[in-house]
Amino acid sequence: MNLFLNIVFIIAIVGMAIAMGIASYRIIRGPTLHDKIVALDAFGVMLMATIGIFSVLLDTSYLIVVIMLIGMLGAIGTIAMAKFLEKGWVIDIDRDSDE
Amino acid sequence: MSSIIALLVLSGVFFSIIASIGVVRLPDMYSRLHAASISSTLGVSSVLLGVFLYFWYFDSNFEMTLLLAIVFIFLIAPAGAHMLARSAFHSDVEPYKLTILNELRRDEIGYEELTEEDKIKAEERKKNQELED
Repeated sequence: MNLFLNIVFIIAIVGMAIAMGIASYRIIRGPTLHDKIVALDAFGVMLMATIGIFSVLLDTSYLIVVIMLIGMLGAIGTIAMAKFLEKGWVIDIDRDSDE
Repeated sequence: MSSIIALLVLSGVFFSIIASIGVVRLPDMYSRLHAASISSTLGVSSVLLGVFLYFWYFDSNFEMTLLLAIVFIFLIAPAGAHMLARSAFHSDVEPYKLTILNELRRDEIGYEELTEEDKIKAEERKKNQELED
């Protein structure tokens, strides 16, 4: 890695930390639960980018699986929380009912 | 090649910061959802594309998992945002007080009933606003 890219990636990881810090304000103090889930979803997506930049700075490619895993878990968690807050359950038992 | 990687990564960080400022500053859950889901998806995908180009060009290993993560984000983030908006609408999260037309509610309960109920709700909301102030 040359010096230019090193500086760029250090600036990028500082910027991602700032972005996640700003978003965590809405996680702690959202007026409703849905605000918190929106901010948590954005936080998880930003965490993927941070781990990508971090794997470049550490010069390893083992952390790339972690990006994929956090993406899947964050998306499934968001969908499950949305469905739970809407209906009260996550998995439909009676799929013919109209509720 | 370094300049392309730097441009992609820095623009992605810029979009992520814009997304989080939007999540904090916008007045309403629905507009916050709009900011979070659109710009953070674009930001993270361009950052991951920059990381992918870096590993391809400097370490010469073709990381297929990163491309898979980018495609997965593009597929799953709109679905999650859609389900969140639907869930918030059905659990009566209030829209912003300057919202003038609620089309989904009009289509669900019919136009004639909407006008009366909307008047009542608008009056209640005005009273609550005055009480809060």
